[in-house]
Amino acid sequence: MENNHLALRVKNLTVELNNQKIIEDLSFEVKKGETLVVLGPNGAGKTTLLRALLGIIPYKGEVIWSVKNTSYLPPNELMQRKEILPLTVEDFYSLKEIGKEKIFQSLKSVGLEESLFKKRIANLSTGQFQRLGIAWSLVDNPDTLLFDEPTSGIDIGGTETIYSLLHEFWEKQKLTIILVTHDLSVVWEHADNVICLNKTGLCYGTPSVALTTENLKQLYGVGVKYYKHKRDG
Amino acid sequence: MVDEKILLAILMTTSIGAVAGYLGTLMLSKRMSLVGGPLGHLTLPGITIALLYGFDVSIGAFIMLTLAIILIWLFEKRTKLPLETLTAIVFTSSVAVAFLYLPDEEVEQALIGDISQLTLITTTLSVLLSIAVFFLVKKIYKKMVFITFSEDIAKSEKINIDKYNLIYLIAVALVIGLGIRIVGSLLTAAIVAIPAATSRNLSINLKQYAYGGAIAGGLAGLLGIVIFQHFSISAGPAVIISSTGLFLFSTVFKRT
Repeated sequence: MENNHLALRVKNLTVELNNQKIIEDLSFEVKKGETLVVLGPNGAGKTTLLRALLGIIPYKGEVIWSVKNTSYLPPNELMQRKEILPLTVEDFYSLKEIGKEKIFQSLKSVGLEESLFKKRIANLSTGQFQRLGIAWSLVDNPDTLLFDEPTSGIDIGGTETIYSLLHEFWEKQKLTIILVTHDLSVVWEHADNVICLNKTGLCYGTPSVALTTENLKQLYGVGVKYYKHKRDG
Repeated sequence: MVDEKILLAILMTTSIGAVAGYLGTLMLSKRMSLVGGPLGHLTLPGITIALLYGFDVSIGAFIMLTLAIILIWLFEKRTKLPLETLTAIVFTSSVAVAFLYLPDEEVEQALIGDISQLTLITTTLSVLLSIAVFFLVKKIYKKMVFITFSEDIAKSEKINIDKYNLIYLIAVALVIGLGIRIVGSLLTAAIVAIPAATSRNLSINLKQYAYGGAIAGGLAGLLGIVIFQHFSISAGPAVIISSTGLFLFSTVFKRT
């Protein structure tokens, strides 16, 4: 890749699953240290996009990463599976072969007590588990974090915590973040760029340029109220 | 002479029971405990041929398992039907075909196992193979847990899922092939499912869960042979009844 400030370049990405086109001819770039929000309604192909970017599913087109260490976090999936095994917090980290000292640092970085070390992850509160998920995904110092719907099913307080934690790590570690959500307020608060996805890319650019009333209407259908954060006003 | 046979039986059932229980903890977390049943039944034609021609039942079982897996794979390629449907077709057909040829006097041995013909060589081979499979499973255990927890995250961490699944399935086939020696083709699901469930009830972390499965399986094997010796019950059912007893005990002392 000629542009060494880029973390990712995607060109003409098409994903077809079970003979159905889920994503069609999508192109975009992500700069190092950028927060890109992928916005779209349910079934728009947002999770599919992340899975294609990670090479988990087959795709056509180009996906060129110029960062080596990416971390993927689908918190909902983890939440649903936290009881299938008697994993303690220590066991959970051991899946990534992380030592005790680093685990303590990692827990501390998201405001969790060291005493949770021996606790079963199934017995953590939703908020604690969300924090743990973030800490766990960042423990091996990735350059890029792909985060899928981090706050669905969490209350407003929990949502605030998740995003302020992410923002903190973004500032501290110069992370590149690709964040999937359908929460418009997150875009205004945290995104450098936004992609409106509904099978194809309906808009792409900075929030103030991309999120026009017209584009939102096209993305979500009629009846979506246009909300602009005061920061950009 | 009787004592020597009992000693060999204890060695074999304890080691096979332990490795089956250990692997069973992975199978339980992957919701695959019942797979041991159909796989056990699949071995029946192999056991039948082994009994008819006088060679080791585990060898017959391994050959049949390999053939059946290839057959299921080919059917899947050809028909795109779900794997569980194809497995059901192949395993029920296997049982039907086996009963066409299985001599009446060998039915019990084929279905619920027989340890009366144990020799030092077969016991030693079974114990060594159990130990080898134990270390094979130990090597892939953490990665399999990771894959079970989230296949997508595991893939994003560049874990070769196909490789680990293949090793895991080979381990399952080997354990089923060994397991039929003590519990026959009818009860194989029990030697992987029950010790794992017992361990799940009593463990508070992953290490306890994994090794607890091995301990529960090994202990059931040992107790089964003790019951077999004192109450003249067939060894296979005795091992399973012991395992069930341990499970019931675990439900009383369940930890969260």
